[in-house]
Amino acid sequence: MGKPRISVHKFSSCDGCQLAFFNLGEDLITLAGQVEIVHFAEAGMVAPEAEVKVAFVEGSISTPDDLERIEGIRERSELLITIGACATSGGIQALRNMRGNGWRESLYASPEFIQTLDYSTPISAHVRVDLELWGCPISSEQILHVVSDLLRGVVPSASDETLCQSCKRSGAVCTLVSAGRPCMGPVTRAGCGAVCPRFGRDCYGCTGPVSILNTSSMVHCFEGLGLLPDEVEQRFRMIHSATPQFRKLEESNG
Amino acid sequence: MADSDRTIRIEVPILARVEGEGALDLVIHGEQIDSLSLRIYEPPRFFEKFLEGRSVTEVPEMVARICGICPVAYQMSAVQALEGLFGVEVTPWVRDMRRLFYCGEWIQSHSLHIHLLAAPDFLGYESAIAMAGEYGDEVRRGLRLQGLGNRIIALLGGRSVHPVGARIGGFHHAPPSDEAESLLVEVREGVVDAEELLRWLVMLDLPDYEQEFTSVALRSGDRYPMMEGKIVSDHGLEIPISDFESHFTESQVPHSTAFHSHLDGKPYLVGPLARINLNFDQLPPAVIALCGELGIHFPSRNMFHSLIARAVELLVTLHEAADLLSSYQLPERPWSDFTPREGVAFGATCAPRGILWHRYQVDGSGKVLSATIVPPTSQNQARIEEDLRSSLESFGLERDEEEIKLYGEKVIRNYDPCISCATHFLSLKVERR
Repeated sequence: MGKPRISVHKFSSCDGCQLAFFNLGEDLITLAGQVEIVHFAEAGMVAPEAEVKVAFVEGSISTPDDLERIEGIRERSELLITIGACATSGGIQALRNMRGNGWRESLYASPEFIQTLDYSTPISAHVRVDLELWGCPISSEQILHVVSDLLRGVVPSASDETLCQSCKRSGAVCTLVSAGRPCMGPVTRAGCGAVCPRFGRDCYGCTGPVSILNTSSMVHCFEGLGLLPDEVEQRFRMIHSATPQFRKLEESNG
Repeated sequence: MADSDRTIRIEVPILARVEGEGALDLVIHGEQIDSLSLRIYEPPRFFEKFLEGRSVTEVPEMVARICGICPVAYQMSAVQALEGLFGVEVTPWVRDMRRLFYCGEWIQSHSLHIHLLAAPDFLGYESAIAMAGEYGDEVRRGLRLQGLGNRIIALLGGRSVHPVGARIGGFHHAPPSDEAESLLVEVREGVVDAEELLRWLVMLDLPDYEQEFTSVALRSGDRYPMMEGKIVSDHGLEIPISDFESHFTESQVPHSTAFHSHLDGKPYLVGPLARINLNFDQLPPAVIALCGELGIHFPSRNMFHSLIARAVELLVTLHEAADLLSSYQLPERPWSDFTPREGVAFGATCAPRGILWHRYQVDGSGKVLSATIVPPTSQNQARIEEDLRSSLESFGLERDEEEIKLYGEKVIRNYDPCISCATHFLSLKVERR
C-alpha cells in the first residue's frame, strides 16, 4: 500500500495554523517520509486538484470563489479536516457578520475591485467536515495525533473536555474563583495547555466553545464580577463569535 | 534573439513558498513587458473595522491574529502606540524582555524563510522537504533554529503563534530564572548554528544583479532597531513615526486586495535588506568582523542579498538573546499600570519583513474609535512590481517561459511577502470623487 496522500489548503486566515506543520521541527521530515504531501503551497507543493486521502483546510469561506474551491476539495478528498478557528467557526473575521454590509465601501475607494461575501463562514457551513481541530492556533501535537491515528487505521477524533479540566490538572491557580477575573475556561474547549491561566490571566476562549455548555450561567457569573452588559458580550465576541454556542448569548441575555 | 512578434502570457496562479495567496500575471510582447502584476487575491479580513469599539486591552490579542508568522510584531507596535498615548513609562526589565521576545520572532521568521521558503530556489528544489534528502543537515539546522526562536517567544508568551504574554505596560508573567537559564544553553548553541548558516549561505550562487531603489527602515543610532528610532531612508528622509502619513501614501490598484504604498510618489523597500543597508554600523563588532571575513558588504543594491541580510540579522538576534538571557533577573512585577487617555496613538516597530505602522484613535474610556495598520508587505508591493520589471528584462525576455516564470518567483520571494498580513489591513481612507 502506498503512503497516504495529504494536502493543505488555505482560505481566509492568518497562516498561523499551517505553521503547526512547519513548527514540527525534525518531525516534519519524519512526517514527509510517512505521508505524501501533494499540495501545500506555502511549503512549495502545488497541486490543488489532486485527489487525496486527507485534506487539511485552514481559513474561512469569504468569497464567491472560495465556495467553488471548497466544493472541489471536498469531492477530491476522502477525509476533510479543518485546522483552526477560521475554518472551524469562521474565526475572528466573523466579527464582521454582526455589522452587516458597508465595510467594503468604507475601506476601499474602489469597492468594485473587491470580491467578498457579506459573511465569513466555517467550512462546515458549506461541505461535510470529517473532523474539526479547534484552536487559534492549533498545535503541532494536534496534527501529529491525527496523522498517527490515520497511519494506524484509527478514525481520528478530537477531545471535547473543558479548559477548566485541563487547567486543574496543570496546577494553575484558578483566575475566575481566586482572582475574580472573567475567565472563559468553564465554556471553552481544552487544547491550548491552559496557557493563559498558567500565565496568571483569564482565558479569552481562543480554542472555541465546548459542545455542551451553560452560557447563561457563565453570563450571570460575569455579571456577578461586576462586568457591564457590553463587557460580558465582548467576552463571547472575540475569536469564535459565530459559533452557535456563543451566539446563544442573545437568547440568554433575553 | 527573440522573435519580435512573439507574445507570451505567463501565469503563476498560485505562488508557492510565500505566506498567503498571490499570483503573478505577465504578458511579454517581443522584447517588452506589456503588463505585469503581482496579483493579490486573498480576501480582506476587515480588522480595522472590527477593532472599532473594542477595549484597548483587547487590541494586542486581536491584532496578533492578522499574522500567524509575526504576531509579536503586531502586539509590539500596538502596545508601543497605546503606551505612548497613555504616558506609560515601561521598566528597563520590560524593555529588555520585549527585545528578547522580538528576537524570538526574528529568529523564527528568518529561519523559516531562509530554509523552507528561499533556499530551495538556489539549490534547485521544489521544497525544503525535497531538499532534505541531499541537504539533510542544513534543513535540520534550519528547523532547529526556527524551533529555538519559537521557544524564546514561548518563554514570554506561552506559545509561539498568537502568544498570550504581552499586555499594555509589559507582560502578564515573568518567566522563572531556571527557564531562562536552560534556554540560554540552547541559545548559545544557536549562535554557533547561525554562524555556520551564514558561512554556508555566502557560498550559494546568488544572481548578481544590482538596481536602484530607496531603502526605508527605523534607525535609532544607538542599537540595531527593533522598537525604537525614527523612520529614515537612504535618500535623506528622517521623520518621527507620527509623521508617516505626511510622506507615505497608500492607493488601491485593481489587481490587489492590498494597498500599494509610495514614498513621495515612488516605490520603496522595507525589510531586512533595507534595515541593514541603513543600520550596518549598529551591528555588534563581532558580527561586522565576521561579515568582513566572509566578504559581505552592506549597503547592497542586489535584492538577492536579502537572504544574506536575513542570516546576519538571525546571528545578531541570537547574540542579543544570549546577552539578555545571561543577565536575566526576576522583576518585582512584570508590568506597569496605565490609565486610558483620549487621543491618537502611533506605533512603528520592525517586523521581520519591515516597518509595521499602527495608528489608533482612542476615547477617554479606553475604547478604540478607529485604527489604521500599514504592514510591510503592502509597502513592498509596488517595489516588487518595479523589481520584477527590471529584473526580468535584465534576465532576458527571450528565454523560455518556464525559466522566466521561475526567475520571477525567485525575485518575489526575496521580499518574503506575507500576503496574509497585507490583506488584513486596509487603511480607512475614503477617497471619492
